[in-house]
Amino acid sequence: MHPTNALGSPVPRREGREKVTGAARYAAEHTPPGCAYAWPVPATVASGRVTAVDGTAAAALPGVIGVLTPFDAPRLGASEDPTLQLLQDPRVPHRGWYVALVVADTLEGARAAASEVRVTYASEPHDVILRADHPDAYTPDEANGGHPGHREQGDPDTALSAAPVRIDCTYAVPPLHNHPMEPHAATADWDAGRHHLTVHDSSQGAGPVRAALASLFKLPEDGITVVSEHVGGGFGSKGTPRPHVVLAAMAALHYGRPVKLALPRGHLPATVGHRAPTLHRISLGAHADGTLTALTHEVTTHTSRVREFVEQAAVPARVMYAVPDVRTTHRAVALDVPTPSWMRAPGEAPGMYALESAMDELADALGIDPVELRVRNEPASEPDSGRPFSSRHLVECLREGAERFGWARSRAPRHEGPYLIGAGVASATYPVLVAPSTARAHARPDGGYLVEINATDIGTGARTVLAQVAADALRVPVGRVAVAIGHTGLPAASLAGGSCGTASWGWAVHDACAALTARLGSHRGPLPAEGLSASADTTQSAKQKSPYARHAFGAHFAEVQVDTVSGEVRVRRLLGVFAAGRILNPQTARSQFKGAMVMGLGMALTEHSTVDAAFGDFTENDLAAYHVPVHADVPDIEAHWIDEHDKHLNPMGSKGIGEIGIVGTAAAIGNAVAHATGQRLRELPLTPDRVLTALHGSA
Amino acid sequence: MHQAGSGSDPGGGPPHSAPDGAHRSRVTLRVNGTDRDLDVDHRVTLLDALRETLELTGTKKGCDHGQCGACTVLVDGRRANSCLLLAVAQDGAEVTTVEGLADADGTLHPLQRAFLAHDAFQCGYCTPGQLCSAVGVLGEAADGQPSHVTGTAAPSGPVTLTTDEIRERLSGNLCRCGAYNGIVEAVAEVGAGMNGADVTAPSSSAIPPRPDVIV
Amino acid sequence: MKPFAYVRATSLQQAVDAHACRPGSRYLGGGTNLVDLMKHDVETPTTLIDISRLPLNRVEELPAGGLRIGATVPNADLAAHPLVRSGYPALSQALLAGASGQLRNVATTGGNLLQRTRCPYFQDVSKPCNKRDPGTGCGARDSTYRDLAVLGHSEHCVATHPSDMAVALAALDAGIELYGDTEGPRQVAATAFHRLPGAHPEQDTLIRPGEIVTAVVLPPAAPGAVSLYRKARDRASYAFALASVAAVLELADGRVRHVALAFGGLAHRPWRATVAEQLLAGAPLTDENVLRAVDAELAQARPLRGNAFKVGLARNLARDSLAALAQACGGEPPERLP
Repeated sequence: MHPTNALGSPVPRREGREKVTGAARYAAEHTPPGCAYAWPVPATVASGRVTAVDGTAAAALPGVIGVLTPFDAPRLGASEDPTLQLLQDPRVPHRGWYVALVVADTLEGARAAASEVRVTYASEPHDVILRADHPDAYTPDEANGGHPGHREQGDPDTALSAAPVRIDCTYAVPPLHNHPMEPHAATADWDAGRHHLTVHDSSQGAGPVRAALASLFKLPEDGITVVSEHVGGGFGSKGTPRPHVVLAAMAALHYGRPVKLALPRGHLPATVGHRAPTLHRISLGAHADGTLTALTHEVTTHTSRVREFVEQAAVPARVMYAVPDVRTTHRAVALDVPTPSWMRAPGEAPGMYALESAMDELADALGIDPVELRVRNEPASEPDSGRPFSSRHLVECLREGAERFGWARSRAPRHEGPYLIGAGVASATYPVLVAPSTARAHARPDGGYLVEINATDIGTGARTVLAQVAADALRVPVGRVAVAIGHTGLPAASLAGGSCGTASWGWAVHDACAALTARLGSHRGPLPAEGLSASADTTQSAKQKSPYARHAFGAHFAEVQVDTVSGEVRVRRLLGVFAAGRILNPQTARSQFKGAMVMGLGMALTEHSTVDAAFGDFTENDLAAYHVPVHADVPDIEAHWIDEHDKHLNPMGSKGIGEIGIVGTAAAIGNAVAHATGQRLRELPLTPDRVLTALHGSA
Repeated sequence: MHQAGSGSDPGGGPPHSAPDGAHRSRVTLRVNGTDRDLDVDHRVTLLDALRETLELTGTKKGCDHGQCGACTVLVDGRRANSCLLLAVAQDGAEVTTVEGLADADGTLHPLQRAFLAHDAFQCGYCTPGQLCSAVGVLGEAADGQPSHVTGTAAPSGPVTLTTDEIRERLSGNLCRCGAYNGIVEAVAEVGAGMNGADVTAPSSSAIPPRPDVIV
Repeated sequence: MKPFAYVRATSLQQAVDAHACRPGSRYLGGGTNLVDLMKHDVETPTTLIDISRLPLNRVEELPAGGLRIGATVPNADLAAHPLVRSGYPALSQALLAGASGQLRNVATTGGNLLQRTRCPYFQDVSKPCNKRDPGTGCGARDSTYRDLAVLGHSEHCVATHPSDMAVALAALDAGIELYGDTEGPRQVAATAFHRLPGAHPEQDTLIRPGEIVTAVVLPPAAPGAVSLYRKARDRASYAFALASVAAVLELADGRVRHVALAFGGLAHRPWRATVAEQLLAGAPLTDENVLRAVDAELAQARPLRGNAFKVGLARNLARDSLAALAQACGGEPPERLP
């Protein structure tokens, strides 16, 4: 092994001191001299056209620099994402779509002026409510992630009707909002002399932001610098360029002043993506011993009229269990709603909630232990593709989790005063993804090293783990390695998403450092003053199709108490065991696993958004109404992992860890509630209204 | 607060006093031990005064409506959501932000050290608010102030900061990364008087250069 | 937020005088709700009259017993006050069940009483709301939103009052002291202070233009009386009530000498359950009697599309709270009916 073993050590977060002292600066915390403030104006109809925008009153307010509207805003170039075609067209595809932008000297002035902009509409009837029997539902060719919309093997309908035991259930997951603590924000500064645009953006990938801005504003990429140094969370919602950065850049270019735009929290649900609601129908057929004979998972979800996004919630059923006859399919309905997008474990999180709830129902129906039922259906290869798994330790996760949790002792539901106590289990899976990246490693004469890569740290600890990767590849102590990330001036890299940041960036950093090590090995004498560098580009290696099916797996266990008086559910214990390749930094990894489990707890119990049929927006559009879990909701959580050695991944042997923690959490909690109460609730979240109705019948 | 014509300022106010009915005023805030004189639009919140005028951007804006706690600072020693305080109404107040928690020589506050030791954050955006709120919690518990989970029969006097107490008292500070366990461990440790002194903070030599300076 | 003038009041009289001569002005206490609503343009004052530094920040024991709580006493201080904790636990508990530690440090007693509904349709100026803009209609009524009224709502408004504290005050028979520029001081019962919406949902309370809440008066706590506040919500802390109950109970020889029951989260105002109280007065506190009384009260409920659960929830909370209080009174909890 290496003389140093930075990988696998709990190296503390490198930017920790900056974050606890307030020195870390986020996108809206750069105020160039003369900076103006922008405030966007959302549409107040759900469908129709803007017929006029009267900015007279707004423009007359002191300090107002201007009002941009669909009729006079600068024309934009092309964008892959039509949600970035802002103020180009009077069409209103959903409530909350931006129809004007106000720019003023001060934040207060911009906000006040925005409320003075008078917009008139020719509104049209709208349709915003998803139903499983919606007449416009269609089967998309592809769901998110490039997965086929529909897959079928064997004859699931016949197999189902022939199955000795069958369950047939529907589940519903509401729209959910990412709500990172830092609202989306950008500061844009156009230097007319240098013909250069500098943007600080709250983004999961500065590179894609630069590419989008270059195309939209018809600037060369090297004429734009995008910095995403510290990012206050994203969870998918900052994975693509969002309207705020386009509007900030538009205003900066148009008015020739630096412009800062931080979205109000209430705008986020309509403008930065959301997890689309999913309606699931799952049928399982099994022998009396629990062996599955048939599985169908049909998902109906909504998308917008602007851009198709299909939450791939039926996809995990293609990975999980050995079933000969199987159908997994998606149906989408384009509605007058905001465009859905990525939210932590898109597809897997809602899909596994449904599938793992159904498995629990099957276990109940069969009288088989839910852990045992899953073990009995362990496949030899990936069911959908037939490819061998590069590694799959789901059974080990289940077994170890059961042992650590005391599963056997938790199997009898019990009463404690007014509380019903129960326990539940669920499996989890998340794919191993990797994207091409480039990196540069530099050795200085003073013995220090600098690794450069346009990676992004949205809270994962990317700086820290990349230093660890570099230190081991360079065979030097981690303290001698500096890492520069979050800047488009650095070697291009993939975005922080799909749980593939560390794998993608780490691979490039590893290769660059290995190349530098080789160069240093052949170098004779002292290093030149400018040092020595080496670069790497993983385009070839990362794009190579693996003959293996590569996924992380996990098992979640939850114990809940259900208050029979109030219907309130509290999680008493939550435990996850993960098989996610080599864990590169146990401290930051544990934080990610546990953090995702907290988000899963929210999905199970508290997070609830509804589309208002009359107005077309999300009713719960602020943090008072949309209930992110608070401290008091969250017990001590345990996250453990299986020591997994998988040679078919990347030089570090790692799988992604940012998302799998949410995947099985909601089902484990839901199954625990069913265990405690004897009542199965099939719609999330499990709020007191639903729990009470299940316990006592309708009031 | 100095307003000409209001007749309420025995000191007469400085020469820049705003006329009665004006929409701006001069105020003095004592921020992290330093007096800061500001001429503020009355609409400016304490949060925006800190972030946009005084460039103390450690205090965060998460929701701007008192629903997330990211903007928590200490005003006259009490924790408060700075997004709901108008700067004009805070004239004369003593404000402590996250930038004011460490000693002048850079020695971190015990809570800051404990947050590092327990990996009590990920993205870091809620962290300044969690820290200022935790400072408030330690004081409130020492003062004997009850919380929703303090038993009604509890004796008066300092409240022991159990994990349940810490969780309830910090529930006004959301963390979307879900670093709640680490935060509670950190606060419990400091509350128990261990103050994290035995915990080594990460070496500052490992902090990378800012990308902006790379050629 | 529109520009506004700012006046710091140095006396109560100066405050009401300033209000009288400045149309469109509003009093500023802690501001935790007012500033929030100003950011939404729901409130657009021309002048803020800052009364937060008036000497209304004391809790005094009254000569004949009881407490007088100044209007600017912060919620946190009131909840922690030894006489409140010992004599009026329902009030302390209600305060501590509300908001967050940092909000309670700033929010005042008077402001808590005067806080506006959290109905999302009220808070969004792009939607109709009779409470915000009389005559525009009610955007909430036909929605599936759960946190709406089941009791006492009108065709014009289905909003609920968000305060926890006010529910406890209603059960504790508190009085509200007001001061106006023309009528001077007056006191009204807490139970009468908040209104039902009727045809005028824009009026949350019977406060008159320019009046200031100066104090809350609590009558002496009966020596044998016990009280509590119980709240159900969507998450474990920092959420408004789905339903809540404040209950006061005094038993004598196993019979109810005094009972007061008030519900939160069910109506446009804290809902004092007078029907239930009358049925329970003088009766043995059996589970059967409790259920009959509470059901009689809740028979008035008219649930909307998404909130029928509140009736059963309120029933459960009331039943459980009275059982707990019976036990605290030194008696056995009533035997629970199956």
